[in-house]
Amino acid sequence: MSEELTRERAQALIEEVLEVYPEKAKKDRAKHLMVNDKAITQSKKCITSNRKSLPGVMTQRGCAYAGSKGVVWGPIKDIIDISHGPVGCGAYSRGGRRNYFAGTSGVDSFCDINFTSDFQEKDVVFGGDKKLAKLIDELEMLFPLSKGISVQSECPVGLIGDDIEAVSKKKAAEIGKTIVPVRCEGFRGVSQSLGHHIANDAVRDWILSARDEQPFEGTPYDVCILGDYNIGGDAWASRILLEEMGLRVVAQWSGDGTLTEMENTPKVKLNLLHCYRSMNYIARHMEEKYNIPWMEYNFFGPTKIKESLREIASHFDEKIQEGAERVIAKYTPIMDAVIAKYRPRLEGKKVMLYVGGLRPRHTVGAYEDLGMEVVGAGYEFAHNDDYDRTMKDMKDATLIYDDVTGYEFEEFVRQLKPDLIGSGIKEKYAFHKMAVPFRQLHSWDYSGPYHGFDGFAIFARDMDMTVNNPCWSLFKAPWQKPAAAEPEQKAA
Amino acid sequence: MQTIDKIKPCFPLFQEPEYKELMASKRANFEEMPSKEKVAETFAWTTTLEYQELNFKREALSINPAKVCQPLGGALCGLGFEKTMVYIHGSQGCVAYFRTFFNRHFKEPIAFIADSMTEDAAVFGGQKNVHEGLQNATKLYDAKMIAVCTTCIAEVIGDDLGAFIGNARKEGYLDKDFPVPYANTPSFVGSHITGWDNMWEGIAKYFTSMEGKSVGSNGKINIVPGFETYLGNYRVIKRILNEMGVEYSMLCDPSEVLDTPATGEYNMYAGGTTIDEMKDAPNAITTLFMQPTTLEKSRKYVEGVWNHEAPKINPPMGVEWTDEFLMKISELTGKAIPESLNIERGRLIDMMTDSHAWLHGKKMAVFGDPDFLLGLVKFMMELGIEPTHIVCTNSNKRWEKAMKKLLESSPYGVHGKTYGGADLWHLRSLCFTDKPDFVIGSSYGKTIQRDTLHKGPEFEVPLIRLGFPIFDRHHLHRMTTLGYEGAMYILTTLTNAVLERLDEQTKYMGDTDYNFDVVR
Repeated sequence: MSEELTRERAQALIEEVLEVYPEKAKKDRAKHLMVNDKAITQSKKCITSNRKSLPGVMTQRGCAYAGSKGVVWGPIKDIIDISHGPVGCGAYSRGGRRNYFAGTSGVDSFCDINFTSDFQEKDVVFGGDKKLAKLIDELEMLFPLSKGISVQSECPVGLIGDDIEAVSKKKAAEIGKTIVPVRCEGFRGVSQSLGHHIANDAVRDWILSARDEQPFEGTPYDVCILGDYNIGGDAWASRILLEEMGLRVVAQWSGDGTLTEMENTPKVKLNLLHCYRSMNYIARHMEEKYNIPWMEYNFFGPTKIKESLREIASHFDEKIQEGAERVIAKYTPIMDAVIAKYRPRLEGKKVMLYVGGLRPRHTVGAYEDLGMEVVGAGYEFAHNDDYDRTMKDMKDATLIYDDVTGYEFEEFVRQLKPDLIGSGIKEKYAFHKMAVPFRQLHSWDYSGPYHGFDGFAIFARDMDMTVNNPCWSLFKAPWQKPAAAEPEQKAA
Repeated sequence: MQTIDKIKPCFPLFQEPEYKELMASKRANFEEMPSKEKVAETFAWTTTLEYQELNFKREALSINPAKVCQPLGGALCGLGFEKTMVYIHGSQGCVAYFRTFFNRHFKEPIAFIADSMTEDAAVFGGQKNVHEGLQNATKLYDAKMIAVCTTCIAEVIGDDLGAFIGNARKEGYLDKDFPVPYANTPSFVGSHITGWDNMWEGIAKYFTSMEGKSVGSNGKINIVPGFETYLGNYRVIKRILNEMGVEYSMLCDPSEVLDTPATGEYNMYAGGTTIDEMKDAPNAITTLFMQPTTLEKSRKYVEGVWNHEAPKINPPMGVEWTDEFLMKISELTGKAIPESLNIERGRLIDMMTDSHAWLHGKKMAVFGDPDFLLGLVKFMMELGIEPTHIVCTNSNKRWEKAMKKLLESSPYGVHGKTYGGADLWHLRSLCFTDKPDFVIGSSYGKTIQRDTLHKGPEFEVPLIRLGFPIFDRHHLHRMTTLGYEGAMYILTTLTNAVLERLDEQTKYMGDTDYNFDVVR
């Protein structure tokens, strides 16, 4: 194991890494890197976030369209998302995220199909509104069972002055379905994050209050899952626990979700928010408009799951509180068995994380349940309220990096020599070359679910298979002399 | 619920009764989805000729198009040059997508950078981004060249890339002599193959002039690969030329950078065509374009500026077109075709005789990029396979003419019909109404296999993975589709797909106790 990470060492590492930048870039990047200090309660004193990425410096960030179409809207299964604009965006955002749905694709569910207006030069010159109107008719002709349509704007749409709102309103009246224009052009904001916000606002403005006047057979135990995209089936592995403790899950936003569920959400008693970053907006709105309280919860790893179940239950009566204890008791033996099996294989291993807007802090408990230590964490598109939450959850001296550049991340890894990195596919293969075990923490690396008790067992299995696979020990041929400063072997 | 001895990921976890019940109850109580009967009835309707006719009436809506956008192609082109950083002027989200797309296909790190234009740049233009971006990039990435292409935002607002780069030099953001070739690659024109063409032309323009050059003086043959994602194809062309003793320049070669060894160190750059090689390219005997119906701009530049005849060849796929390619090289260089290639050809023909009985008369639909389809269809017909539906989303008139002519050249082409500009939702209809035995194409064909199976096992059209992108099988991008070697790979892939399918259909004891053979 490498030497203990102290505040001084971490700070020195940051200084060293910054050296390579031109002056202006150095000044900017310095604000995005920090060493955790639990004594500080407000992150704004020590880290800057949600700012523009530097031109010409490798960022891992995406765009507003990715945040809207890719994250929030894409998983709603009975709504057709039109990638409105040129051909690329819809193709690149198809099928990679693993937001599962149960349904008949192309008939009542549409998540794995790329619908696009495939803009040509004439659409850019003369505008795309007519094409959009026609396209909606064609969708209606071929997919009569869809519940609605969203228009996900790509960059050109916002630049050429199209009025997608007018087209949406007109066509919605004509076909009698919900049509939602979404202004998520990729140049808006500085990352996926504004796309989440725009998507939330579009749901608020075009969907949320549709059934305000309609009767609804509610129960005192109605809840909604917000900010679970059902990656690898996460939302199902979460829903099962909530149902088992006696709650009634009226809606899933948005993994395996439907238009009906979203419209019924204002009737729930409590909103449960998993991904704070991408859906706090709608939670706050429902609190203001419908007086629905919301709470954040964490379904990664048994410690956090148990805490969360109890906290959720505390919003309800004894029946639910007993339900929570019953669920915890039911799953405790298998969780103990998982930890007994995998903890000895992972104890003391160091982890570095760089993910989106939630997982760098939410998965820490799960790693700790396995005896692993997170020594560095960062976000692609967090805001300072995320860092406020992160600093509490991290140990002192943890390295924290915002919108980390490819170069910085590689240098941090070279120095800190983690035993495992959890990040995305753009980062994955560079670290494979560097012989650092790596798991994708966006797509669960084609595995999952990782949420819930069932998910934790898979999480533990996956971290073990990657940390302890024999491939990491085969990098050097036997005839190659080990260099003088050869690092110790990373794999067990 | 999990058990410690067999921890189950999503499949088969969600096959457990408690999860099946959970999904059923969610659907019944909260989703207001249409009834099972309605869904079944509608699905059945989507498989009909009536639906197909509506489907083909589409004018505005594109569903699962088999193409992506220009800058992705431009980026692959840039990647093929030595120590070159691909720099994309425009929105950063695009670049995240390009990298991801290639990561998923090649299972390799992909280093591209963006200059991250945002709302203010959309209003005031992207010059500031170009200046700062080039300054940062030259400082950080130890590149010998930065190859710039563009995304829609820069194209829609009309950024003058040439002027911006020129100003960056004047104002000291960029060293005077640092090479920055560039290309405009609007996503609303053409497709990824157009982008490759534009970027290559940009690089050729930047580095080459005819000053002091004389055609034929370096005695080499230039090879321009085009948007080529089979790494083996770069290697096989080089091997063929080496075996023939022909000097050559592979003008764009990402086969090293996309296949670096795992050593414990990450190197952003590896291999690639050198600037010197590119500069010297006009001195070659001539230039051969591996993708003849596309690459128009690059060809025009080579013909017009380099004064190369650039003879039109067919893509060297299958037997006869590889024969032609070798004879053309021989004719151009005076070098004989060596015995080694003759032996290799003989081995291919031998394989064809061995496998022909499993392939003869099989009907296969295909989709993919234009020149890839030409070569594939040619070889399929040499194998006795009958191409049926030939879908090319990014087609062009030249290609459509060439494909028609090709189909007419063989009795196996009589069932072949080309669908230029069509997409994979069109192909889905065709696979229901006029069922081929197999469909050949990228990973995106797998939903056609799933959808046809949903109608019933006898309607299933299995996917054979050849083309780009292939995300759901590992390492196939390392294979070869050009030359005799490539034909061997295609032949092996097709034959074994047929045999595996036969096993799948005949492995039922007490039901199909015949044709499930150990020897074939």
